Amino acid sequence: MAKITEKDIEKKLIEAIKKAETELPKDVLRALKKAATKEKGLAKIQLETILKNIKIASKEGIPMCQDTGIMTFYIEAGTEFKYLSALKKIINNAVKKATKEIPLRPNTVNPFTGKNSGDNTGMHIPYIIWDMVKGSECTIYILPKGGGSENMSALWMLNPNEGFVKAKKLIVEHIINAGGKPCPPTIAGIGIGGGADICLSLAKKALLRKVGVRHKEKQIAKMEKELTELINKTGVGPMGMGGSTTVLDVHIEYAHRHPASFPVGLVLQCWADRRKTIKFTKNGSIKIL
Amino acid sequence: MKKLHLRTPLSTKDIKKLSVGDNVYLTGKLFTARDETHKKMLELKKKGKKVPFNPKEMALFHCGPIVKKEKNRWIIVSAGPTTSSRMEDFENEFLSQFGVKMIIGKGGMGGKTLKALKKTGAVYTHFTGGAGALAAKSIKEVENVYFLEELGIPEAAWILKVENFGPLIVTMDAKGNSFYEKKKKT
Repeated sequence: MAKITEKDIEKKLIEAIKKAETELPKDVLRALKKAATKEKGLAKIQLETILKNIKIASKEGIPMCQDTGIMTFYIEAGTEFKYLSALKKIINNAVKKATKEIPLRPNTVNPFTGKNSGDNTGMHIPYIIWDMVKGSECTIYILPKGGGSENMSALWMLNPNEGFVKAKKLIVEHIINAGGKPCPPTIAGIGIGGGADICLSLAKKALLRKVGVRHKEKQIAKMEKELTELINKTGVGPMGMGGSTTVLDVHIEYAHRHPASFPVGLVLQCWADRRKTIKFTKNGSIKIL
Repeated sequence: MKKLHLRTPLSTKDIKKLSVGDNVYLTGKLFTARDETHKKMLELKKKGKKVPFNPKEMALFHCGPIVKKEKNRWIIVSAGPTTSSRMEDFENEFLSQFGVKMIIGKGGMGGKTLKALKKTGAVYTHFTGGAGALAAKSIKEVENVYFLEELGIPEAAWILKVENFGPLIVTMDAKGNSFYEKKKKT
């Protein structure tokens, strides 16, 4: 077994953050290219500008958007993963160093004093969501997310009688009102059930799924498809400039709900749908996927 | 829908010929200002103090860039627009106090700003959200930076020299037309 050190993990994390910020996942790029061939006029100019921008960013290794976001790390950790207890500290250090080296925009501000910590770390940030699994492997999903799209998140606590029919209506209305603000074409993450915090958490986690990949339950997959079509009929379009590409995809995740509640969470991700995965295998290798 | 190349300082004549839907490429100077910078500059004006640069001869860019310092010189790494509606509360006053002729942002602005654009003879243009790397390519030089110590990198006023900065789509013109109002109605 090859021996990896904490420094190796930190280095890989910085590399993965840089890749996430400078190169768009292939599935997103494919969807944007397809949309650019479909749109006309102002919408087409927006998509062509986005594609030009992505090319420059990946070629020159610079962040595609100046809002490099706040980072969330989703970790699926084997309980026997050797670096489990050190991981939080390693991630924090990696974010600090990545901020300087790439560089990223310092985005962590104390909500009361307004003071920027300068290194993208602070109270509870970067945010880490743990999931413990059996074994000695570990997978880390990195999700940097900008403020413009995050500001367009929504939560509705619906009457269970109204259920998903009402949710659909509210989601479509919300996306119309948001217009160009979340930087469409977006990816809509929707969380249903659980509770207020759980549905929003699921909505954000749904963004980890690749564009074009449907939920494995047929009925949910159908709802995703239906909502995608419905939203793309609103005419919001790329950057709110009109057209038929308002979302690149809709991803739904759900949890069982309390009989009295029907919580619906919506989290939008801008076209710069940046994400990266790191996998630590049991034979000691680290892979960036 | 015209395609135009303009240069700062922008004249009243330049602004008058712009209509909603036009596509502008700008050469000259911009200054960045987000919420805090707007407040700071208005506060200085209110106290009768001078703003350390001349906003009138530049375009106002709603942007919080990524910067780095190399050999004592600032370099813009990535600099796309930020959401303009956050500035809606004070943009009308900002326009009349500082005589800015062109705003560059994303997402558009509201009725108060639209009225002020007409009154002061200015336009709002939309730059593609998130296109920070492309924008940085057209920024040739950081001429200066103000309020950096006090407000931090994203909020400071960065004075930028640009060449063919765009595409900037005119979405609110000086004649009272707004792409956003029109779109809302449909």
